[in-house]
Amino acid sequence: MAAQIECRHLSKVFYDLAEGREVVALADFDLAIPNGEFLTILGPSGCGKSTLLNIVAGFEPPTSGEALLDGQTIRGPGFDRGVVFQEYALFPWLTVQQNVEYGLREQGLPRAEVARRSAHYLRLAGLEGAERRYPHELSGGMKQRVALIRVLANDPKILLMDEPFAAVDAQTRTLLQRELHRLWEETHKTVLFVTHSVDEALYLGDRVVVMTARPGRTKAVLTVELPRPRDPTSDAFNAYRREATRLIEEEVQFR
Amino acid sequence: MATGTDLTPAAGGEPAAGAAASPVGVAPAAPASRRRAKRPGLARLGDLRKLIVPVAVLVLWQIASSTRLVDPRFLPAPTTVLDAWGVWIFGERSPLAWYSGTWAEYVFLSTRRVLEGFACAAAVGVFLGVLIGWSRLVSDLVDPLIQLVRPIPMTAWLPFATLLFGIQDTAAVFLIAMGAFFPIVVNATAGAQRTPRILLRAALMLGTPPHKLLYRVVLPAALPSIFTGLRLGMGIAWVLVIVSEMLAVKGGLGYSLWTAYQFQRMDLIIASMFSVGGLGYLFDRILVAIAGRTLRWAQGL
Repeated sequence: MAAQIECRHLSKVFYDLAEGREVVALADFDLAIPNGEFLTILGPSGCGKSTLLNIVAGFEPPTSGEALLDGQTIRGPGFDRGVVFQEYALFPWLTVQQNVEYGLREQGLPRAEVARRSAHYLRLAGLEGAERRYPHELSGGMKQRVALIRVLANDPKILLMDEPFAAVDAQTRTLLQRELHRLWEETHKTVLFVTHSVDEALYLGDRVVVMTARPGRTKAVLTVELPRPRDPTSDAFNAYRREATRLIEEEVQFR
Repeated sequence: MATGTDLTPAAGGEPAAGAAASPVGVAPAAPASRRRAKRPGLARLGDLRKLIVPVAVLVLWQIASSTRLVDPRFLPAPTTVLDAWGVWIFGERSPLAWYSGTWAEYVFLSTRRVLEGFACAAAVGVFLGVLIGWSRLVSDLVDPLIQLVRPIPMTAWLPFATLLFGIQDTAAVFLIAMGAFFPIVVNATAGAQRTPRILLRAALMLGTPPHKLLYRVVLPAALPSIFTGLRLGMGIAWVLVIVSEMLAVKGGLGYSLWTAYQFQRMDLIIASMFSVGGLGYLFDRILVAIAGRTLRWAQGL
């Protein structure tokens, strides 16, 4: 199951305690993500891309404008929108398996179905044998795989990913990107994926929305017309990379 | 050998003192040190080394007393203490000697008072602490009173408790519950307040309804801190049971301590002191053992 997301004139203003003044994180932001699209948001740090994701997740209300899921205004978090955080956000007191089953139990699924689904996803993520381990006993890459299947097991309509691979090393990161790509090919859920990595945005996204520096607005939208799985070393990929990098660098220098 | 034995940490020594230094510290790393101590050979050498100073003190004490270097009336030899302790434990009950055969009963009385007071403090302290840490409303309502009463030293409550409840168990239990309550409630509050916001968000997006967050996320996240509070509370409970038994109630190890003082029986004073110390240690170990099972997940935090 998938769904579409729409953002209409989203603005977010908050008071930054560190800077001691009001900050406009998002200004009049419009976005439409059709059913089943993998959309990446690429922007310099502090451009409000995480704010956007938090609004769609329902963690924060917008200051003005609205975010819609299948035409319904988003008013709070729910398991129809699965979120994968950069910091994993696994429950440290639950084992790997209990973490994966957490959402299923909250939905009140029968025990057999809970066990079946968690076993399926644990196998899919190559986490057999790690079921009884606690998060602190896992590597960063394993933690993020648990965080991903914890959400997928819940069968959400859309996936929201907030720089999910930013905290792992480069090799693991490539592996996780491939794995995410594979899982997405199987399910074709709508994905909103936030990153500051040009390569990651181009490798994964059907479209890449490049954001301006604060306040966040859409600077450009790149439609990546490359066959999947993409080869980041190809000339065609490199052309996209050159273009995206140029767009981003304009924003970084602007600051 | 020096580098080898250095592997054995000093953590096994006085964990309670370390916890007391930081009332909002995380759960102590006792299980980790146990794991390291499993190295055979090296660990055994280290364990033996730990006995050197205590045994030396005992030997010096024995020599000092038996050679009359110190007047044995002021400092009886360890053997004299053991003899008296033996009578206290195994002697026949007699109306002529208050201490003969009363040890088990006194240990039971003290332990019961500690556990009753501690149980009240733990139940109310954990419940209230987590609520204070979670809800701004509860915090604004209850926290000022707690902060107002907390600076009053627990011993200062003794006359109040004794006049209110009379010379009976309730006075001791009240004092112990009051004393143990504060470290427990403060640590539970701190633990609940430090629940990572991202875990609350994770629970919400996985389908936890907001009214269940307290039980599903805040309570487990606060457990390591709650445990620190319980350990500190247990330590204070043993302090206060002695204080209250010395002055406010009959029976118990504080009572024996005070009675031995009145009869100027240094041997029984020392035997009482070690009895209390041993019990305090035992109950701290019990708490640590329980936590070691339930807080295995927190070792890496």
